[in-house]
Amino acid sequence: MLKIENLHARVEGKDILKGLTLTVNPGEVHAIMGPNGAGKSTLGNVLSGREGYEVTEGSVIFEGRDLLALEPEERAAAGLFLAFQYPVEIPGVNNTYFLRAALNAQRKQRGEPELDSMQFLKLVREKLKIMQISDELLHRAVNEGFSGGEKKRNEIFQMAVLEPKLAILDETDSGLDIDALKQVAQGVNALRSPDRAFLMITHYQRLLDYVEPDFVHVLADGRIVESGDKTLALKLEEHGYAWVADRKPAHTSEARA
Amino acid sequence: MSPSPAPVPFIDGLRDAASLRLPGSGHAWLDAARRENLEAFVASGLPDTRAEAWKYTALRALGQRRFALGDPGAVTRAVDPTALALPGVDGPRLVFVNGVFRADLSRLNTLPSGLTLQPLSQVLEQDPEPLRFALSRHYREASDAFARLNAALAGDGVVLRVAAGARIGKPVHLCFVGTPAEGDLAWHVRNVIELGAGSELDLVEHHVSSAGHKHLGTLVGDIVLQDGAKLQHALLQNTAEDSTLVRHSSLHLGAKSHAAMHVLELGGALVRHDLHAQLRGDEARLDTRGVFVLRGRQHIDTQLSIRHQALNTASESTWRGVADERGRGVFRGAIVVAEGADGSDANLSNKNLLLSALAEIDTKPELEIYADEVKAAHGATVGQLDERALFYLRSRGLPHAEARALLTTAFCRAVFASLPNETLREHFSDALLAHLP
Repeated sequence: MLKIENLHARVEGKDILKGLTLTVNPGEVHAIMGPNGAGKSTLGNVLSGREGYEVTEGSVIFEGRDLLALEPEERAAAGLFLAFQYPVEIPGVNNTYFLRAALNAQRKQRGEPELDSMQFLKLVREKLKIMQISDELLHRAVNEGFSGGEKKRNEIFQMAVLEPKLAILDETDSGLDIDALKQVAQGVNALRSPDRAFLMITHYQRLLDYVEPDFVHVLADGRIVESGDKTLALKLEEHGYAWVADRKPAHTSEARA
Repeated sequence: MSPSPAPVPFIDGLRDAASLRLPGSGHAWLDAARRENLEAFVASGLPDTRAEAWKYTALRALGQRRFALGDPGAVTRAVDPTALALPGVDGPRLVFVNGVFRADLSRLNTLPSGLTLQPLSQVLEQDPEPLRFALSRHYREASDAFARLNAALAGDGVVLRVAAGARIGKPVHLCFVGTPAEGDLAWHVRNVIELGAGSELDLVEHHVSSAGHKHLGTLVGDIVLQDGAKLQHALLQNTAEDSTLVRHSSLHLGAKSHAAMHVLELGGALVRHDLHAQLRGDEARLDTRGVFVLRGRQHIDTQLSIRHQALNTASESTWRGVADERGRGVFRGAIVVAEGADGSDANLSNKNLLLSALAEIDTKPELEIYADEVKAAHGATVGQLDERALFYLRSRGLPHAEARALLTTAFCRAVFASLPNETLREHFSDALLAHLP
């Protein structure tokens, strides 16, 4: 589904990703962990096509297509979804109107018929059951005046409606209290399916208590330095990122060799 | 002796204006007023950018053009009536083509009781005397050049009166259509509108073109609200993209009267609107809300001047400007709270959005207060679209142009939310969207 090879990317002239390689298959849940500044959010931004990120080397193939050649909206239509670390408030744009416009724009790009307002409403009602999100939020402007937890739940709700093939959750757990975290995790679990993959970018292990990953990768200094199953997250929790930092030089010198 | 200005084609085109036969010609006072205004205009010419009111709007190129004096063929020019229709507006209608009244396109049968609605050309041929005060005005300021020109040459327009206490249920549609003629021409329209005490009127002013043309249109309007009158005035300006349109409106508000304006400026190459409002009676209230949207090389200049002259008067002005490509917008909002207008409340906000690096909007809010216990606030901003919001929308699948349009309409939304005619409000929103490149 997703094949990242030797990805190098820079922001404002600074190299952040330095040869990242990762393969994600349908149905898999991958967790990307790492200390601050390791390049976790850069990975999410590069994959979703945010401006200001320059890819200097490597390739990303998504569903057989060169992902890096696509515009952000084309990536969305191809089935990529990014749950933002900081969802943006958009005053004056109604949440439901926006979501219907987004879904129909994706369907149009894929050559599928657009949903009329009745069909869309029916879909929204189904998805509301998955995410405990109140009707009232749907009638407000996108994320405007939402609490931190409401914003994150709104991201997962959008994901539920848009039904992507690959969802990237960028620090979706950050800033959430334990109840909000559980609700978000519940939403993610409800959306797990054999055709859908997840890439969870997180600093802490606690989200992984509620959404169990198939693979855990440790990102340090722009590369994946360690991969394993969910027990790797527990090891990290026990030893801290210093443990990774200790292991890093070996890899770095290897790369330089 | 001041040096005589170099002869410019614009002025040269007015050589035969003095001998032009206009509706009402032959009434000595009207002939005199027209002649004096023409002489004053020819003497002063078009204002240049040294005049404060014209600082950002250069008329040099206009001065180099020559316009025919009106359109003799206007009564027979074919105009598609469907182009004039506005959703949600199905009341009486008065239509002018190239500045000339067209009975065949208008809808004047079965006027509601209390409403008098006539073309100025008819009134002038029948009995111009009641309009003597309005039409013999002299414009003293050289910056009022277009009002002078209009006073010299206007032969048609709208004469509208609402009787005291009358409530006109259906919106009255005033439609000004530009259509191609044998060459570029100038038309001049004069409107006189009066709402009697306690009356109510819903007015829709509509500028539209049936096909491309490069005409100059000027429109001078007086609107008087007697005590307690209520006016809803919606204005959709969507004239031909190469045309020039200059409007000058005076609004007089009596005690406890309330005027609410919603303006959408979309069309024209060079467009200027001067709105002078005087809140003359205690507790008068004026709300002006407007949006101007520019693309290509459009230039749209709005000059708002509001004078609070009585106790506890209120004005609220909310304007948004959007400029794309090489569009140039100008907004001046000047509020004066005169001595004695204690307890007045004045608010003015003008926010602008530049969608291209080559677009420009100059905004200037001004506030002068000479009274006590006044609440006043004004603010103006010029900014760009929020890149984060744009990316957020695109990441959800909205193509760039659609995301941009969504954010732009959201930026303008607050302005039309208070327009009571919901169907017309939607049409405004659609027209705005259609105008974005």
